[in-house]
Amino acid sequence: MLPLAFLGLFFAWPVLAIVSLGLREGGVVSALFSGETWELVGFTLGQALASTVVAVVAGLPVAFVLARCRLRGLGFVRAAVMVPFVLPTVVVGLAFRTFWPDGGVLPIVLANAFFNVAVVARTVGGLWAHTDRRAEDAARALGASRPRAFLSVVLPALAPAIGSAAAVVFLFCATSFGVVLVLGGSRYRTLETEIYLRTVELFDLSGAAALSLLQFAAVLAVLVLGALARRRRETALSLRGREELARRPSGGEWCVVAVAFGVVAALLTPVVGLVTRSLSTRDGWSFAGYAALASRGDRGTLAVTGIDAALNSVRTAFDATLVALVVGVFSAVVLVGLRRSGSRISEVLDTALMLPLGVSAVTVGFGYLVTMDALPGDFRTSPMLVPLAQALVVTPLIVRMVLPVLRAVDERLRQAAATLGASPWRVWREVDLPLAGRSLAAAAGFGYVVALGEFGATSFLARPDAPTLPVVIARLMSRPGELNSQMAYAACALLMVVTVGCVLLIERLRVPSSGEF
Amino acid sequence: MALELDSITVRYGQTVAVSDVSLSVADGEVVALLGPSGCGKSTLLRTIAGLEKPSSGAVRWDSRDLAGVPVHRREFGLVFQDGQLFPHRSVAGNVAFGLRMQKIERESRDKRVLSLLELVGLEGYADRRVTQLSGGEQQRVALARALAPSPRLLLLDEPLSALDRALREQLAVDLARLLREAQTTALVVTHDHDEAFTLADRVAIMSRGRIVQVGPPAEVWSSPVDVETAKFLGCNKFVPGSFVGLSAGRVGLRATALRVADSGPLEGTVLERVHRRDHVRLLVEIDGEEYEAVGPMTEVGDRVRLEIDLDGVARIG
Repeated sequence: MLPLAFLGLFFAWPVLAIVSLGLREGGVVSALFSGETWELVGFTLGQALASTVVAVVAGLPVAFVLARCRLRGLGFVRAAVMVPFVLPTVVVGLAFRTFWPDGGVLPIVLANAFFNVAVVARTVGGLWAHTDRRAEDAARALGASRPRAFLSVVLPALAPAIGSAAAVVFLFCATSFGVVLVLGGSRYRTLETEIYLRTVELFDLSGAAALSLLQFAAVLAVLVLGALARRRRETALSLRGREELARRPSGGEWCVVAVAFGVVAALLTPVVGLVTRSLSTRDGWSFAGYAALASRGDRGTLAVTGIDAALNSVRTAFDATLVALVVGVFSAVVLVGLRRSGSRISEVLDTALMLPLGVSAVTVGFGYLVTMDALPGDFRTSPMLVPLAQALVVTPLIVRMVLPVLRAVDERLRQAAATLGASPWRVWREVDLPLAGRSLAAAAGFGYVVALGEFGATSFLARPDAPTLPVVIARLMSRPGELNSQMAYAACALLMVVTVGCVLLIERLRVPSSGEF
Repeated sequence: MALELDSITVRYGQTVAVSDVSLSVADGEVVALLGPSGCGKSTLLRTIAGLEKPSSGAVRWDSRDLAGVPVHRREFGLVFQDGQLFPHRSVAGNVAFGLRMQKIERESRDKRVLSLLELVGLEGYADRRVTQLSGGEQQRVALARALAPSPRLLLLDEPLSALDRALREQLAVDLARLLREAQTTALVVTHDHDEAFTLADRVAIMSRGRIVQVGPPAEVWSSPVDVETAKFLGCNKFVPGSFVGLSAGRVGLRATALRVADSGPLEGTVLERVHRRDHVRLLVEIDGEEYEAVGPMTEVGDRVRLEIDLDGVARIG
């Protein structure tokens, strides 16, 4: 019940409040039937679809390399792929604007795909690494060429993972906020940015509510499709150690490896660009931006120093991760228990837990402002507000990471522990927890990094005297002055360093465990 | 009576997996539940362990109903077909698990672990990782793990089926000795009659969710209760008792019932010949009927004389 209570209080209530606020003002129906709305829907879905296709096409070679190849420097590739996913959206938007100063559709699609290559590579790679290679070998022995064996044996086996990754990517792209805002300007708008514009600048709540409802419906549809894909995947999954499956690539496989490294290089270009920008000024190379992090920016742009903001980020993300970890692990345990007892509720709860991923962070943030004053102690100014909003974003990711591992724990292993005298709680502590331990730690690290980079809801809720680093970056960017932009780029670099550090730590945790089950 | 099953029925939705089974196991006795796969014997075992709830009937230990006693308080050891060792613990860590649950202090725990590893013939394996063990070694560790907390009853679910043949026969003998020495009360589920007859003091034959016959191995082997049981126990030909010189109704013949011998009373023609590990198996035609027989080298088409070996004959009923 705890996860449901958390979801209800900090997600459903604020979102419903916003929607009903809009409904009460009327005009929802007319907004729903205006041609402009449907143009927005068309563009939103179209760019999301294009981004998803690009992400899948770019992600598959990387997944292959991560899952099937034994090469030097794979740890680096794995970390490099993750970096874009956890970069603050504003940062990415800015990085792409250095290449396309005017924005446009192409940079929007590319930037969205840039974020999500990691999702495809990790989700598909995860299944690929544990799929029996012998089926492919059998097809080859029966006379199939390598591409033919891939198309008729490997691809169908991976289809569930590709489907579920594509669903998640589609969600992320359809609701992406920072990127579209920075690169689309007023010309290219999606539902998400339009909700923001109407709420914040036009105070057109009924229009925003109508759009929120539309978005909600679309998200729900995609989630249900994703859940169906996941169900097929779990029945098909027979885990094998990756040690026996990874080998040095041969022949045509080197082409795939080359493409994968090309993708990684492309992913790193904006990152490298950002770091370069943080170090170069009109007068040549300098650390001025980094030095300025100790100040409040040019002419007091900020209420706090960059260092303070960074510390605040670290603290906030820590709290958010803690909350998300408690709620996420608890949910995963409940879900596994329900699934074991064959309950249908588990699927509903499973999908419900994914909803926060797809609902506009702007809606949630605004909803908080509307509802939270009803709670005891003025919650609107509580320092816990930002961590809670971030936890909402992080929890689904933690559930997704921990759930498969908990499900893969053999029921009979738990029964063996029980017959040896372990109570149910003891079984969980002695069997499930040690087996899921590494992936739990990895999920925590991952969640931490995502919380660190969260922008949408945080930008709405963070108080001016306690901003996080991404909020500071956005503020610095919106102000003139070379020192400000210098400082923003330096802050981006700082954020990336922390991110890469976390990801490398996670990799260290994950790799030795993969051979065990 | 230590363990008593009182008309147990287990249902999964519409299917009845176990139907009205009553059975008792005495203190120190080893009973084998023998039956083809899918006959409900594993379900029965899991019900005894407390992993399944019976739809009706009762599991009793020393006359006490165990209905309200959860798995971890029953003090029944369970050995799975494929070991199910804890992959994150060493061999010693696995064996010590049950002792830790009983809060036995470290010193006596370590001592017990070592003596059990010795018992199953794995001295010096204490610090190995279980993922590095062979199938037979894993199964020995599983056995030591189950025996460590001195369970009141040991439940073995096809303990040797996952092993290859030579190892299986060796381990079956070891296991039988081990169970006798430790005077363990045990219930073994298996579909392999060699395994059942090697291990058990009594054998219970299960078929389609019911126990059809219970008795000492020799008795069950020589007089199966019906044709189906006789078939399961290796009989492939059913003839009137008079065929083998017995007055009783029907008898089942195993391949070893007919043996090629120059002075034998029956005469037939060899139709087929197959070499087995330690004998030659023949298909022989006698008076227009086909019979299996064993014998020394003969050629297909030879006329041979056959004698009857009553050890290969099973009286039905």
